[in-house]
Amino acid sequence: MSDILVEVNGLKKYFPIKKGVFSKTIGNVKAVDDVTFKIKKGETLGLVGESGCGKTTVGRTILRLIEPTAGEVIFDGKNITKMDTKELKQYRKQMQIIFQDPYSSLNPRITVGGMLTEILKFHEIAEGAAAEKKVEDLLEKVGLRKIHARRYPHEFSGGQRQRIGVARALSVEPKFIVCDEPVSALDVSIQSQIINLLQDLQKEFGITYLFISHDLSVVEHISDRVCVMYLGQLVEVADSKELYANPKHPYTQALLSAVPIPDPKNKSKRIILSGDVPSPANVPTGCYFHPRCPKVFADCSVIHPELAGTGGHEQSCLLFPESYPKDVKAA
Amino acid sequence: MTEKDTIEKESLAPESNGLTKAQLESQKQVGASYWSLVKHQFKKNKLAIISLYIVAILVLMALSADFLASSKPLYAVYKGETYFPVIKDYLNNLGISKWDPELININWKSLDNENKLESVLWTPVPYGSTEVDLANSLSPPQGDHYLGTDGIGRDLLAGLIHGSRVSLSVGFIAAGIALVIGILLGSMAGYFGGKVDIVIMRFVEIMVTFPTFFLIITIVAIYGSSILYIMAAIGFTSWTSDAKLIRGEVLKVRNMEYITAANSIGLPHRQIIFRHVIPNAIAPVLVSGAFAIASAILVEASLSFLGFGVSATTVTWGSLLNEARGASSAWWLAIFPGFMIFIAVVTYNLIGEGLRDALDPRLRD
Repeated sequence: MSDILVEVNGLKKYFPIKKGVFSKTIGNVKAVDDVTFKIKKGETLGLVGESGCGKTTVGRTILRLIEPTAGEVIFDGKNITKMDTKELKQYRKQMQIIFQDPYSSLNPRITVGGMLTEILKFHEIAEGAAAEKKVEDLLEKVGLRKIHARRYPHEFSGGQRQRIGVARALSVEPKFIVCDEPVSALDVSIQSQIINLLQDLQKEFGITYLFISHDLSVVEHISDRVCVMYLGQLVEVADSKELYANPKHPYTQALLSAVPIPDPKNKSKRIILSGDVPSPANVPTGCYFHPRCPKVFADCSVIHPELAGTGGHEQSCLLFPESYPKDVKAA
Repeated sequence: MTEKDTIEKESLAPESNGLTKAQLESQKQVGASYWSLVKHQFKKNKLAIISLYIVAILVLMALSADFLASSKPLYAVYKGETYFPVIKDYLNNLGISKWDPELININWKSLDNENKLESVLWTPVPYGSTEVDLANSLSPPQGDHYLGTDGIGRDLLAGLIHGSRVSLSVGFIAAGIALVIGILLGSMAGYFGGKVDIVIMRFVEIMVTFPTFFLIITIVAIYGSSILYIMAAIGFTSWTSDAKLIRGEVLKVRNMEYITAANSIGLPHRQIIFRHVIPNAIAPVLVSGAFAIASAILVEASLSFLGFGVSATTVTWGSLLNEARGASSAWWLAIFPGFMIFIAVVTYNLIGEGLRDALDPRLRD
């Protein structure tokens, strides 16, 4: 088991809906509802799903930027959900995050060098002239020049800002980086630069990534394994190649059919889902996906499927007998 | 790929020599920090720049009040000895040197009138602010009394010059106290939210319900009228709007991803608030700070006018204005102090407006 870096067990994050003078809780938004997965050392795990399905919340809960409601996150053998602030500080060095919006993720009042030096000093990595040298190294590593250290964020383009975001994450020499849609705000040409940069850094430092995105082709390119999320739950987990070649869950099939294929002769059948995503504050009974599923049948509205499968390909769909909960037998 | 990127940028650099002036200007803006952009924008506002100069003049006047108006000469030669009585007064007050016992209560003016001084240089206004000249009471602007005198013969111009000290320091210190309290409480309420926010904001609401002016009068009535009490009273009652303003800004800044990034680094809350939150939320509060200086000057003048201000021996613009109440024919007692208060209040308001415009990115061309 020592090749597992991050283990997420039954992670839940409910945001309470409060109302009235005394802030009575009248319900919960189930942003993340019982999510379990593992990330191996040095791999890239893709996490895909449409807007609002809880991808970002999963990423931030793992880093404890959001306190989880239930469940645990085991990082390198240590349960970080139970750590106090002091213990957590040591682990902050090992886990970092790269943000989606390169414009709001950099403090406009601090120079790039100032920001990096602050981090190096706080984590006692380097100080003074050594810190200056380290900042230069970091900037060069992400494809910027050392004179950029004296500049303010607004003097950079979106792609350059994202490189600075990568440099910030790298500054503490982490083992694990959550990439929270790091390229979705960038031009396609810049996207590939950043993706290549992330891959180069992975090769050089052996960093493990959790790559969150709604762009299926980007995820296919960078990920070793992929998790598909729907309404705060994982619906399918498989190796990247396997998932794209042989999607099992109807939701994954619908998602993949929406990816454009650059071949005018290829007329693949597009699966159009009816209806909207249900509110995570009021989820459907049974399988969360059943109101929109093209292959729905009687059991779907009653029985909640479990994530199960063979050969590293797991899905939670009642079309597959292994997904029936253990106490309920397939009809 | 990254190497190619760097090379491309480097090859672009030498071309900047052939740019037009406008392009260079815009490049200068790109290469500038946020505050130098604000400075650039502020300079375009003529009224605000003029106001800034007027404030600078007022501050200089307040600092050099003793050299502008004093009952003692700047330089005098008496019995073959050279004296610098104004400077000597300063050193004496600081305890660095002592007046000779025979010179300590000497009346330099009568010595001058009796032609006992071999050589003398008076200050531009040859009267101190508290120097009583009963023979010339309620004199209109004439002779040595450039702006006239009040009911007990104190020179009005000397009073205005020395009064600027009180007015300006009350403005700066009261607004400073209000800003510090407002920024600390407001940013805490906005950053931590939840219970901290509820407690602080209810406290703000309680403070808002007090009639400020009445509260200040009560404080002065209980603790006596010292300039320190007045500055503190104005400062401790006028921070609420600053707190509300910065809370709103902090709520906006708190959700920026660079704050989440600072959290993910593990920085302590104190460092995040002071280094990342406040610098990004402070701009609109500085604007209100400029207005707060103006209103503090006005409050002090009002208090002095009503007689609740600083003690009777200290001259302020408000207390001079108060003199005009008892002498309705002495127009100079109403016009000149009123004009000084007007100038100070208007310049600070114009500076505040200039700052507000310069800080607003939507007004930037």
